[in-house]
Amino acid sequence: MNARVRFLALSSLVMLVALIVASTYWQAWAAPDLANKNDNAIRQISEFTIDRGRILAADGTVLARNRVVHTNNRTYYYRRYPLGALTAAAVGYATQNRSRTGLEHSASDYLTGADQSLAGALKQIGDRLLGSTIHGSDIRLSLNLAAQRVAMNALGANCGAAVAIEPSTGRVLELASKPSYNPNDVESHYGRISNIRAACKSASPLVDRATQGLYPPGSSFKIVTAAAALDSGKFTPESIFHDPGYCTEYGQPVKNFADLGRPEVFGTITLFQAFEHSVNSVFCNVGKALEIHPLMDYARRFGFGVKPPIDLPSNSLQASGLYLHGRLLGANEDWRGDPGRVAFGQDKLLVTPLQMAMVAATVANGGVLMRPHLVDKVIRRDGTVDKITPQEIGRAIKPETAAELTQMMEAVVSGGTGTAAQIAGVRVAGKTGTAENGLGRPNTTWFVAFAPADAPRVAVAVVLENQSGTGGTTAAPIAREIMQAILASTANSNP
Amino acid sequence: MSARTRELLILILVGLITATGFASVYIARQNEISPASLSYAGFFFVLYLIAHVVARVTVPDADSYLLPMAALLTAIGLTEIYRLGPNDALRQGLWVVIGVAAFAGTLIALRHDFRRLESYKYLFGLSALGLLFLPALPKIGHSVNGARLWVRIGSLQFQPGELGKIAMIVFLAAYLHSKQEVLAQGRPKDFGPLLAIWGCAMLVLVATHDLGSALLFFGIFLAILYLATARLLYVGVGLVLFLAGSAGVYETTAHVRDRVTIWLHPWTTQAIPCPGHSILMPRQECASYQLVKSLYSIAAGGFSGTGLGKGTFTLPGGGNLIPDLNTDFIFSALAQELGLVGIAAILLVFMLFTVHGFRIALVAGDGFSKLVCAGLTFGFALQTFIIIGGIVRLIPLTGITLPFISYGGSSVVANFILLAVLMLVSQRANEPA
Repeated sequence: MNARVRFLALSSLVMLVALIVASTYWQAWAAPDLANKNDNAIRQISEFTIDRGRILAADGTVLARNRVVHTNNRTYYYRRYPLGALTAAAVGYATQNRSRTGLEHSASDYLTGADQSLAGALKQIGDRLLGSTIHGSDIRLSLNLAAQRVAMNALGANCGAAVAIEPSTGRVLELASKPSYNPNDVESHYGRISNIRAACKSASPLVDRATQGLYPPGSSFKIVTAAAALDSGKFTPESIFHDPGYCTEYGQPVKNFADLGRPEVFGTITLFQAFEHSVNSVFCNVGKALEIHPLMDYARRFGFGVKPPIDLPSNSLQASGLYLHGRLLGANEDWRGDPGRVAFGQDKLLVTPLQMAMVAATVANGGVLMRPHLVDKVIRRDGTVDKITPQEIGRAIKPETAAELTQMMEAVVSGGTGTAAQIAGVRVAGKTGTAENGLGRPNTTWFVAFAPADAPRVAVAVVLENQSGTGGTTAAPIAREIMQAILASTANSNP
Repeated sequence: MSARTRELLILILVGLITATGFASVYIARQNEISPASLSYAGFFFVLYLIAHVVARVTVPDADSYLLPMAALLTAIGLTEIYRLGPNDALRQGLWVVIGVAAFAGTLIALRHDFRRLESYKYLFGLSALGLLFLPALPKIGHSVNGARLWVRIGSLQFQPGELGKIAMIVFLAAYLHSKQEVLAQGRPKDFGPLLAIWGCAMLVLVATHDLGSALLFFGIFLAILYLATARLLYVGVGLVLFLAGSAGVYETTAHVRDRVTIWLHPWTTQAIPCPGHSILMPRQECASYQLVKSLYSIAAGGFSGTGLGKGTFTLPGGGNLIPDLNTDFIFSALAQELGLVGIAAILLVFMLFTVHGFRIALVAGDGFSKLVCAGLTFGFALQTFIIIGGIVRLIPLTGITLPFISYGGSSVVANFILLAVLMLVSQRANEPA
């Protein structure tokens, strides 16, 4: 009988070993997958036992803080956003039931204290072992609340966005998207957010139009085309063109912008003047002369083709570039773009407001592109402060090219299409854009600018959807207000 | 070193582990429980010291690992039950006392020769049936989660099926041992009483929806039949019958169909009709809620666990995340707090207990002892497999207790009796002639 007893013993052990194997599967193999299931309350609850750090504006105003709730022998930290919709685009939200967005998502490591310095990591392991609450670090943003308020008010009931960057550092001074939503509603009043209506077909208040909105740039892209034209040495601001009111592309005429029903005709004109008055036929010819691949290479030097390396979640960012059926074309597919039309920002070109602000900031910064960022400082609970150092992405154009472009952009504001952006006593450089979305459909309007032109402290991009006017009449005044607000508040602190 | 001295040393080690366990629960949940919790460890140690003394007197040469392993498993169970609800722990502590008393009582009563049990085989067979049938009686019977397997007298709840299992094993072993030769010839009339009693038991279990126990009884029956007759054919026929029976039950019983569907597809992406409600929701929020939440709990433990007392089992609002956590689902609570390391260690203790049980069956001198020991040990391992296997989705989930660990009096008492029988057999085999 002993042989049978042994067989039975072996069967029993096999069953018990199977249990160890299955437990290993759930606890090691499948665990990350299960942790991300949205009905997994355990993971969510434990996240809310961490005392998340606060999110502060540049002036220290609290943008996100905790509401402390004690129940069942535990302390939970729920998020509150005192300023509501004002900074929703940058700050995002963190709730029990829905995923995180904005800085609440991308800066979560700071906010939960999980950013790894060795000492910090050891301390956190200690806290975990002792069961004491984990305290995250506060983060202080570069957001200028006065400018943020001005931007949100100026956008008003429009659908659109406005981004302002400090050219020398890449600090994001203002990030506005309309329509917005109140992040405090996400947890318990989600209906309020789904009911938001706006002046555009899909209101999508949760979409951050400043970083995710893809729009045809129209003439605002002429900054990039002009940069390529000058920097490549193929043209100078004094290069002479003849404008018949149209440019011939593949045998078909491409007309100049028709403000009053009939296209303007400028005759003999320099590149400088063509930029000032935004003459499409000239830029069409410049584009054809440059060819598409070199033109798009210059765009990539300004940051096109990849998601901007800003400290926001990757899923809330879009790359600017040539798009075909919703797909971003790689550099090897530049040939699909039509150089004449791309040169004045039409055809397959789609850009985000953030990208256009980066273009303006690069010109303002003498041709060097800085990494845009929102988090300025990390303030740990022990009082130590980590300052985030500005990072250079690279040189896009020569300093001389940047200087020439600045003069051309100044002319746009002083006597060209962008006069509505003039600020008394300040030299403003800018470029308008009015992108057509097809016959009889409203325009997307742009204004991309920086100021003061001689010592830039702010670069800005404003986009508005569904406009009947031009960039010069609709977007330029908003850009002016934002720049004024920033110049006013930095006047004292800057040397 | 004598067997009992070794047992004492291991018990002291178990006592230290228990004290550490209660201390860590106390540290983690200070504002909820008092330092008096530490007295649990002391009380526990004294209790097992008494069990040890009884063993020293009655079974001095028996296996020295079984009692400490049982002590360790009950201590782990009690610690976790205490962590989940201090009030339940008091009750469970009481049941452990009764269990140890039953252990001591069995040892003392059967110290001379436990083999006389063999002559009472029909009494055991009938009492197994009676115990199984008790919950079906009106007034005292009581059903939980669609399975009618509880007896409630006053505030006392009892699952008599657990004791029925022991009685049934003794009956099967005794009957098959006495009829070993004739059964091997395969004459149907010799199977009469066996099939009558066992068949009735299966009927009662299926009728009361106690599928876990039905599976357990079936497995034990086949195992002992195989041991006694050496006929794999019987096992084969049994398995065929089992599959046919399962298919029949699956077709006719909605309860069983639900269990299988939950097992195969616990998650749905779309809202489906929720049984018992008129609303539509994904299955993981309705029928498979318990299984899925338990899997989340196991996964949350990861490699090293959250630590005793620090797992998440309640919602911030106060509701429980997993129903029946301290009985059928205590494994998923342990898995979250002790992690894979702890769970593997616990399962290794179960394996070690099983190995020692079978080793006693191997060295036992007579057929009846071998059959009882192997039957009880196999039942112990199979029960562990059925409940944990259900929780980790190896097999469909059926409610049944985890030996020595789960909250529940009858289970603890039955397993202590099992332990006593194993030690009695071990004593007889080891005793110097």
